[in-house]
Amino acid sequence: VSRPSIGLADLDATDRTAAVGVPRLQRAPFEPRALRNTALTLGAWVAAIIAGVPLVSVLYMLIVRGGSRLSWEALTELPPAGFEMGGGFGNAIVGTLVMVGMAALISVPLGILCAVFLAELGPDKKLANAARFGAKTLTGLPSILAGVFAYAAVVLVTGTYSAPAGGIALAVLMLPTVVLTAEEAMKMVPRITKDAAYGMGCTRSQVIWKVVLPTALPGILTGVMLAVARAAGETAPLLFTALFSSYWLIDGSQVALMAPTASLAVLIYNFSGMPFENQIELGWAASLVLVMIVLIVNVVSRLIGQHKV
Amino acid sequence: MRALEDARAPGSIASPPSPWDTLADGVFRRLAQAGAWLILLLLGFILWEIGAKAGPGIRDYGVSFLTSTTWDVGREQFGILPAIWGTLYSSILALVIGGFFGVVMAIFLTQDFLPPRVAQVFRTTVELLAAIPSVVYGLWGIWVVVPAIRPLANWLHEVLGWLPFFGTTLSGPGLLPAAVVLAIMILPTVAAVSQDALRLVPYRVKEAAYGMGATRCEAILKVMLPSAATGVFGALVLGFGRALGETMALAMLIGNSNQLTLSLFSPANTLAALLALNFPEAGRRETEVLMYAALVLLAITLVVNVAGEAIMAYASRQAGRK
Repeated sequence: VSRPSIGLADLDATDRTAAVGVPRLQRAPFEPRALRNTALTLGAWVAAIIAGVPLVSVLYMLIVRGGSRLSWEALTELPPAGFEMGGGFGNAIVGTLVMVGMAALISVPLGILCAVFLAELGPDKKLANAARFGAKTLTGLPSILAGVFAYAAVVLVTGTYSAPAGGIALAVLMLPTVVLTAEEAMKMVPRITKDAAYGMGCTRSQVIWKVVLPTALPGILTGVMLAVARAAGETAPLLFTALFSSYWLIDGSQVALMAPTASLAVLIYNFSGMPFENQIELGWAASLVLVMIVLIVNVVSRLIGQHKV
Repeated sequence: MRALEDARAPGSIASPPSPWDTLADGVFRRLAQAGAWLILLLLGFILWEIGAKAGPGIRDYGVSFLTSTTWDVGREQFGILPAIWGTLYSSILALVIGGFFGVVMAIFLTQDFLPPRVAQVFRTTVELLAAIPSVVYGLWGIWVVVPAIRPLANWLHEVLGWLPFFGTTLSGPGLLPAAVVLAIMILPTVAAVSQDALRLVPYRVKEAAYGMGATRCEAILKVMLPSAATGVFGALVLGFGRALGETMALAMLIGNSNQLTLSLFSPANTLAALLALNFPEAGRRETEVLMYAALVLLAITLVVNVAGEAIMAYASRQAGRK
């Protein structure tokens, strides 16, 4: 807008810039669009803090309610029945470790083999694309369906609820995580490192065993640990595969492997629905132990992950 | 041949593979290929195993299983309409809450709101939210969420009780506390996948927006989100898939009552909770119909997850083309 009748000197600073067509470069904090921007920033902060509240609240409850009941006795004794006082969840800790261990023994070697194919041997083959798609689909498999599957495939066949049935259900859940993270880790190994090995006359297997796997190891371990952490907290797949037990997995010289097995997660679920104060307190203490196991595994995986290629 | 022999000469570090190396190579490559097949076979085996065990249930109850509302073990009458309804209702509620916070969190973490160190704190918070086991959320929900929202829920019922959504009081477990906990559980998924989607937007697009003098608000709402829309939508679909299959927190919080209801405060049921609660003590007949219910859940989650993955694949192809 030109105003020929008035000289530039007659205008204040704002008008003057407008008159000669230079944009106003100062920040105008009370302009509607600047206000909208401030509102959005504030809103984002508020939403992010609200999203953090549940974590703080969960941890607070675990420490206050679980911590008050946590003792050596709780960690080493058998679960109490109905009106009994005292007791603990020692057998459930053992059961969780045994079943997660079994799941890892099954899923880690198989998962890494599959990842080797996806990352190194035939990344663009039809089989690789299909397997990658299958793994992603399995990631979304509801954990309870892994339980239903293990029930149909193991419990019905062997005729009993058992630790291996629980381990297999957990392995189904761990497998896709191991495959996808191991594949990512192997893809990060630099092309030139592998080319150097091929140039020395290595076969593809030698390159994979001596160069790719050792270099990608931290990344692969991170994935394995994350899968372990997830499996340790799973309840639904164990509900009707391992069931629950109030006895030790190993009693004296007898190993009751093909019998119902206790786990921390199922113990928490069972005790949460009981009308007894003692059991509920133990449920909180068991939750604290379970969350600590999961968080420790998580932190370790993070520490390993820092040394990634 | 001269060259090969020379290569094997002492002092050289390179040598051609021995027959044993070649054999080991072949075996290992076949093994790895078998590993890739294994994933597909496992998926097929799961489908077949659940499908075959559901056979008798499908034969005897057919489509009426999906539309009937009674679950009576004694009279052998089974229907899962309330459970399907509860699954969808609770998941949609959770998606509205968790999806909103998840996407905001993703924007917050990727759009230069925070110095890197502070961003790391929030990123870790979200990852830890994902690490807490479902059963612990259930326990927390019973003791913290239900008492916390009960006064608000009952006040809403008194004031707005004529609306079907607030038609009942919240006496303990119910849809709303279940959906709130479910929202917390899907937030990390939505946040992580939307972050990936936002990072796929080329940096120069954002630079161009700021170069035009856009405020951050405008750059995010008018440039970044529309560019990443496909990916964010995919994140929401994947979050929805997670919500549909989530079991323990719902089994502990939703109240397991087989009724069709619109009320947010009324107890309800979901497919996964139905399986978790009835499977351990099921007889032969009930096991068969539960397998049918499991197949329905499998079908729903499979469709939603495959759709989510397809959308994400489309989004990254789109980003690659730009």
